[in-house]
Amino acid sequence: MLDLFIDLSLFTMLVATGIAIVKMRRLFGVTMMAGVFSLLSAMLLVTLDAVDVAFTEAAVGAGISTVLMLSTLTLTSRIEKKPVHTPWIPLLVVTVTGAAIIYGTLDMPNFGDANAPAQVGVAAQYMERGPEEMDLPNTVTYILASYRGYDTMGETSVVFTAGVGVLMLISGLRRRRRKPRRDAEDVS
Amino acid sequence: MRHHLILRVVTKMLVAPIILFALYVQFHGDFSPGGGFQAGVLMAVAFILYGIVFGLEAVQAVMPAWLAHKMMAAGVMIYAGTGVVALLLGYDFLDYGAFSPHHPSHGQHWGIFSVEFGVLITVTGVMISIYYSFAARRAAINDEEW
Repeated sequence: MLDLFIDLSLFTMLVATGIAIVKMRRLFGVTMMAGVFSLLSAMLLVTLDAVDVAFTEAAVGAGISTVLMLSTLTLTSRIEKKPVHTPWIPLLVVTVTGAAIIYGTLDMPNFGDANAPAQVGVAAQYMERGPEEMDLPNTVTYILASYRGYDTMGETSVVFTAGVGVLMLISGLRRRRRKPRRDAEDVS
Repeated sequence: MRHHLILRVVTKMLVAPIILFALYVQFHGDFSPGGGFQAGVLMAVAFILYGIVFGLEAVQAVMPAWLAHKMMAAGVMIYAGTGVVALLLGYDFLDYGAFSPHHPSHGQHWGIFSVEFGVLITVTGVMISIYYSFAARRAAINDEEW
């Protein structure tokens, strides 16, 4: 009963934050509300017992993203422009997509179902073999870093690539000058 | 933010505990929630907070831009290097049992420690670099504009 109450109130606040973000024109407020949205999502993840994910969501979503959005805000204007088109077509697209997603969830296994595909695959083996092979209390850590080491290396490379991309686009680092080409002289 | 006295004092008091907490999250990640990604973000937050309040020059005196750029690549190299070392010791890539053949779970501890350290370095470097490249685009905001 208490779980239901907490879930309902968190989701209500999420929806209210979403509507506030859509309604607001001052981008500073929008940024702050996006941070609130992330914090509420982190709380929802805590109620699902996914503390590691909640921690990441709170640190990255509510912390770093807000700072980066504010930094971006100083490069652009503070007030959002009025949209030039009517909202009906976007609303229709969003409604249809949302309905399709909700229809898709009907086929999903129930929350906490022991026979769900995610529970019967390798996860069961990790849970079974982990304690003796790894001897670590935090299951998430050893699955991420050891059993799924390749995936985590890929994630690290993705973070690295994202950083390189941002540096190439906006850091203003000078490109190293090429030497003048010789073959043009040879031809003549 | 020359005359924001409270912000300056509170920032000076907070930077050290934030870094300490980041290290706790990093090295206690085997026992409690956390790990390289979260610790990297927290570590970067300490520098970013200092940069926001005291200006870009002040924070770049501590963490120069070139160092942050090198950290980005160094972390990935530490991670991949752990795998290569395991490979050279005759085990599979990223099989941490290689580091302690007689006691595989200890080898796992060392391996996880090493790759999480790589993740920490990369994430810290990337977050600080991204902040620098945004903050360097424009002079610091006037106090009136806040």
